[in-house]
Amino acid sequence: MDNITIIGAVSILTAGLTMAIGSIGPALGEGKAVVSALTSIAQQPDAASTITRTLFVGLAMIESMAIYCFVVSMILLFANPFWNFVITKVAGG
Amino acid sequence: MRISPDDVVLFEYGIVKLNLTIATTWALMLFMVIGSACITRKLVIATKIPKWQSILEMIVIGIKRQIEEVGLYKAEQYIGFLGTLFLFLLLSNLLTILPFYEPPTSSLSTTAALAIAVFFAVPVFNITEHGILSYLKSYVKPLPIMLPFHIISEFSRTLALAVRLFGNMMSGVMILGILLTITPFIFPIVMTAFGLLTGSVQAYIFTILASVFIAAAAHESEKEIEN
Repeated sequence: MDNITIIGAVSILTAGLTMAIGSIGPALGEGKAVVSALTSIAQQPDAASTITRTLFVGLAMIESMAIYCFVVSMILLFANPFWNFVITKVAGG
Repeated sequence: MRISPDDVVLFEYGIVKLNLTIATTWALMLFMVIGSACITRKLVIATKIPKWQSILEMIVIGIKRQIEEVGLYKAEQYIGFLGTLFLFLLLSNLLTILPFYEPPTSSLSTTAALAIAVFFAVPVFNITEHGILSYLKSYVKPLPIMLPFHIISEFSRTLALAVRLFGNMMSGVMILGILLTITPFIFPIVMTAFGLLTGSVQAYIFTILASVFIAAAAHESEKEIEN
């Protein structure tokens, strides 16, 4: 394999792995958060609005971890600096 | 596939570049400014107020209440900044139901600019409120060894604020684009509706986080004054 193929293959593979591994943690975390929020709403239905609001904020904070992974994998796929570097090198040399 | 509306250049003259993000942002700003100027031109104090005035009052009171719940009790000071942030983000995220509209928040430059605004707003608000000395002292709380961590957290939370909003909006646009090529009819509509939900939640979260940052620094400074 030449260098361009290696860089392309590694970028695509890493983008996939980033999404796959990076979504495990946030998924577990969101599950736990929703479970405890539902339990608290079942125990205290009066506080449902406060709990729901806090839950949404918390979920978005947890979700942002997955979003960071998504952004990294999108950069690797569509705006890859290493790929661009190699392509300009090849075109220039 | 392009990942942001920055790449659509409408007009270029030397180093001045007008891309879709700037154009949409200015259009939104014009719409909001002209709209609210038209509504607030003749305000009425009476038992029967015009329809649009009552809608605006509901929005302002709602935002004020949310800011107070975070712990900023002088909400009038902060509502100019935080309310503008919220309304701009909400409008730009909700207008994704219009065809051919790309939200300016799906470009990292817009969200980074807003996050930098929050980054500077925190010290500005706190210094005008409590003075520069108590603000600086909040960095060495509870121990001076925490100083580097406080400084790192200032920068990392700004980055997180920018990337969170950008990632959410960009993923919405991206997923929609991918779905349109695979299942063109019903499913993109469902995802658009879901995108509206995420858009409004993200606008809310951005504003709430900004007010939490301001409130956290304010509480540290207040404790300093009490001591």
